[in-house]
Amino acid sequence: MGYSDLNHSDTKQGIGASVKRNEDARLVNGQGTYLADLEIPGTLEAAFIRSPVAHARLGAVKVPSEYNNHVFLAADLDFAHPIVAATDDPQFQSTKQFALAKNKVRYVGEMIAVCIAPTRAQAEDIAQSCELELDELPALWDMDVATSPDALLIHEHWRDNIYLKTDVSVGDLERARKEATVSLSKSLSMGRHGAVPLECRGVLAHHDRRLNELTVYSSTQFPHVLRTCISRALDLPESQVRVIAPDVGGGFGAKGNFSPEELTIAALAMKLNQPIRWIEDRRENLIASPHAREHRYDVTVHANNDGLILGIEAMIRVDAGAYSVWPWTAAMEAGMVVGILPGPYHVPAYAAKSQSICTNKTPMGPYRGVGRTGACFAMDVMIDALARELHLDPADVRLLNLIKPEDMPYQSITGKQYDSGDYPEAARKALDAIDVGAIRSRQATGEKDNRLIGFGMSSYTEQTAHGTAEWVSRGLPVVFGYEPALARLTPDGKLILHVGIQNHGQGLETTLAQVASEELGIAVADVVVRHGDSSVSPYGMGTFGSRSMTMAGGAVSVACGQLADKVKRIGAHLLQSTADAVTLFDGRVHTETASVPLAEVAEAATLHPERLPEGEEPGLDISAVYEPKRSTGAFSYATHACVMAVDPGTGEMEILDYVVVHDCGRMVNPMIVEAQVVGGVAQGLGTALYEEIPYDDNGQPLSSTFLDYMIPGCAEVPNVRMLHIETPSPHTQYGIKGLGEGGAISPPAAVVNALNDALKSLGAEITQTPVTPLRILEAIESGTASSS
Amino acid sequence: MKPAPFSYYRATSVEDAIAALSGADGMAAVLAGGQSLVPMLNLRLSPVDHLIDLRPIAALSRQEETPEAICYGALTTHAAFEDGAVPDGTNGLMRYAASHIAYRAVRNRGTLGGALALADPAADWLTTAVALDASVTLTGPDGQRYLAITDFVVGPYYTQIAEHEIIDSVVVPRRSATERWGYYKVAPKVGEYAKSLAVALVDSEKASARLVIGAWSDVPLVLEASAIALLDGAKKNDLTMVVQNELDLKMPSLSPAERRLHTATAVRAAEQTRS
Repeated sequence: MGYSDLNHSDTKQGIGASVKRNEDARLVNGQGTYLADLEIPGTLEAAFIRSPVAHARLGAVKVPSEYNNHVFLAADLDFAHPIVAATDDPQFQSTKQFALAKNKVRYVGEMIAVCIAPTRAQAEDIAQSCELELDELPALWDMDVATSPDALLIHEHWRDNIYLKTDVSVGDLERARKEATVSLSKSLSMGRHGAVPLECRGVLAHHDRRLNELTVYSSTQFPHVLRTCISRALDLPESQVRVIAPDVGGGFGAKGNFSPEELTIAALAMKLNQPIRWIEDRRENLIASPHAREHRYDVTVHANNDGLILGIEAMIRVDAGAYSVWPWTAAMEAGMVVGILPGPYHVPAYAAKSQSICTNKTPMGPYRGVGRTGACFAMDVMIDALARELHLDPADVRLLNLIKPEDMPYQSITGKQYDSGDYPEAARKALDAIDVGAIRSRQATGEKDNRLIGFGMSSYTEQTAHGTAEWVSRGLPVVFGYEPALARLTPDGKLILHVGIQNHGQGLETTLAQVASEELGIAVADVVVRHGDSSVSPYGMGTFGSRSMTMAGGAVSVACGQLADKVKRIGAHLLQSTADAVTLFDGRVHTETASVPLAEVAEAATLHPERLPEGEEPGLDISAVYEPKRSTGAFSYATHACVMAVDPGTGEMEILDYVVVHDCGRMVNPMIVEAQVVGGVAQGLGTALYEEIPYDDNGQPLSSTFLDYMIPGCAEVPNVRMLHIETPSPHTQYGIKGLGEGGAISPPAAVVNALNDALKSLGAEITQTPVTPLRILEAIESGTASSS
Repeated sequence: MKPAPFSYYRATSVEDAIAALSGADGMAAVLAGGQSLVPMLNLRLSPVDHLIDLRPIAALSRQEETPEAICYGALTTHAAFEDGAVPDGTNGLMRYAASHIAYRAVRNRGTLGGALALADPAADWLTTAVALDASVTLTGPDGQRYLAITDFVVGPYYTQIAEHEIIDSVVVPRRSATERWGYYKVAPKVGEYAKSLAVALVDSEKASARLVIGAWSDVPLVLEASAIALLDGAKKNDLTMVVQNELDLKMPSLSPAERRLHTATAVRAAEQTRS
């Protein structure tokens, strides 16, 4: 079903209308302004000297004398405080990441020096002319290596190479073990990869003489928070720092951190009083931007003969890399997994241990789906394995264990509050849409081309719009509990929304305008959304964690609601009526018989206070702050179902069908929802089938360009068929739930389940992503070997 | 990812290019389509002081036909083959192979000579050229020499091109009209380099057959025993056994999964010749 069939709205442009995006005229016509497009006179370009080795003591950096004023080392920036991201858990072992490496390097790509020149090519020439003294140490290139008993310590003052170990046990696991007729254990793993936004990262910093501000342009997802980081790191008052995120070409989490590149460029621009820019190239992006997804699971599921889950035991290990990323910390992934592993299933007993492991690799940061993609992979692959073990259909086992709608709101065994929805209904709709019966008979007949086909599905629940309670429970340095909006009606009756989020592909310049349209009856084209600049809006948290529509949408709703009340009072006065007798639509205030345009109301409020009713304050600026009623998050959910074909000779795979049944509460713009889901599925398929940065035993990343690093292209992403359920969240404005990450959560599980279904007859099983053709063949060979 | 400084020279003729190569002080490289060399320059992996651009040399884009063979100037692009813009003596095999190289944007610029000079074992042209018994004409300060493709390629990314030589052209013998070909490529996604690539040629009337497997860790391998079995009309299962045995003999380092893959690719290319 396409968005045109959704039959949501007629001419209304408010909540539920698939209006076209305001920002697209600019973006599609190449009129966007990204970091590399900025023109600040006198800007010098930076190139970093990055560590070519994974682990070494850092000696002198030899700089040719002609470049003495072009190359800067850690000692030149010793006034900048290091980046420290620790949880409030006293057991957490924290790291100090200086702007540039001091004494030691801990991963390939760690910054050692910064070179500046009029062009990037010249800066790279300077970088190439410098020599590094590196006394190499053994590379702790893998979780197992870093946790072996005699492993060297990456951070010398630590107890071991583990940031944090956790151990939770809830429910009667003994009983689950005893009552189980089957206890199935598997080891599962996900490959390490990058976030790969179309626009890589970038920073430009300069001192604005008139405003006496250090202005930092960054391709960031959270300009306000970054202002705080830079102000603290450089001991500057926040009033003297401004952070601007211009057009940002995708972030996916990798631009929602305080990075050492941002710190270095800001510090150096301040020190030299010189505009300096760094544009990340793709090689740096793959090597040095935060990595994602590398998890290992040892899972045991205890169940009865019907496949009813009695208990789950899991050991979760995450390769968090060499430093803890601010503010999320190196424990974020594992913490998320422990909390959400049971997912949409009723799990009566649960024990999970986790280790967030430090290795000589690029730090791991947030990436679309954070933790949940791995948790969902572990849980759903286990459910299919359980079904195979019991000779049951995986769909039946899944439906048996999904939380029932009558149990909503549901408190999960880890204490999450699933607010609403009908999880089994989503699964049933997906099964119907994909016609599993037809797939089963096709499997029985066999394919003409000798390929094997299989059906797989996966269901997840996606915590979105995490609020105060959630972040407090995680013990992070910052609590991202709210979002502000300043709604400003201009004298000509148009609206400007100043918001603290950062739109980098989500369509928020349109969807927030739709919220304003809903409240004020104003055309979406008459609303401008200003964002991404710490000086244009009240302090806000930015865009990540599927939060902006719920949080900023709520704030816009409250501000515009109050503005609507004022507009009605003034409009009613101009129409010689009363506020309760007027309505707002089509850009006008209406009584039953007459109307006045917003422009006339706005003119009265701003330029002609004499026209206002007695006691009405002039002005039409209204600021509001919004927090959802419950701050534990609004839970979206979905079932993904797919049919895969596998060639047992070559390992080649094809996605024959892909269905998503999705519930993100009230949809503000169904067209944007669908595009977000499809984009997420594309990235999830990247995790499932293509994207990987393996490391060799020297700690060298083996895919550092697009020659080796594969992302799905248009030929690889199928036509995703989408069905919607709309269950409003009881906790949020309009019942909106976030949906930005969901599409990327289920694909690895759904794809691997479909492949395992296809390969069942060969005794082969896939337990690792990405599933490459060679890994398919390896699984077949070991299946053949074990069955012969 | 910006290249280190280099001088850039647009050569006007083959002789001019060779003179520039011979006279260069430092490391010199010639530029054909640039689809591999330019990324290498950008990554600073290829230390080049002087870049000599061959593209202005019209003679390197020529095609010459004789009754026995077609000679393709080294700068003939993949796109020219794909579009049928150049003569073909291979019953369409070269056109098919060209159309499966990378993406169209790469094919627009990438050249036959450039691809063979790089000698990436996973590239389409190398395996195809071995299957077609092509030969390479090299021009240097001392004149021209002709090498069979199997002599020209010494190892992965390693050819017989001498210091001041360039590839002038590639000569591809005309195939008989009764010959049938098969081409089977396995790549992880559209546009990527092959993980396995096989080309089969069978002409029952002339009792000739050739089966070549490429995109493994070494230069393309000619499977003679398998070709004989193919010519003898071996059934698929029997042919599979022969291919497997020949691979075990000639590629003993393959893992079981790789052996499975290359066997499947070779057999499928072979099967295409009789479908």
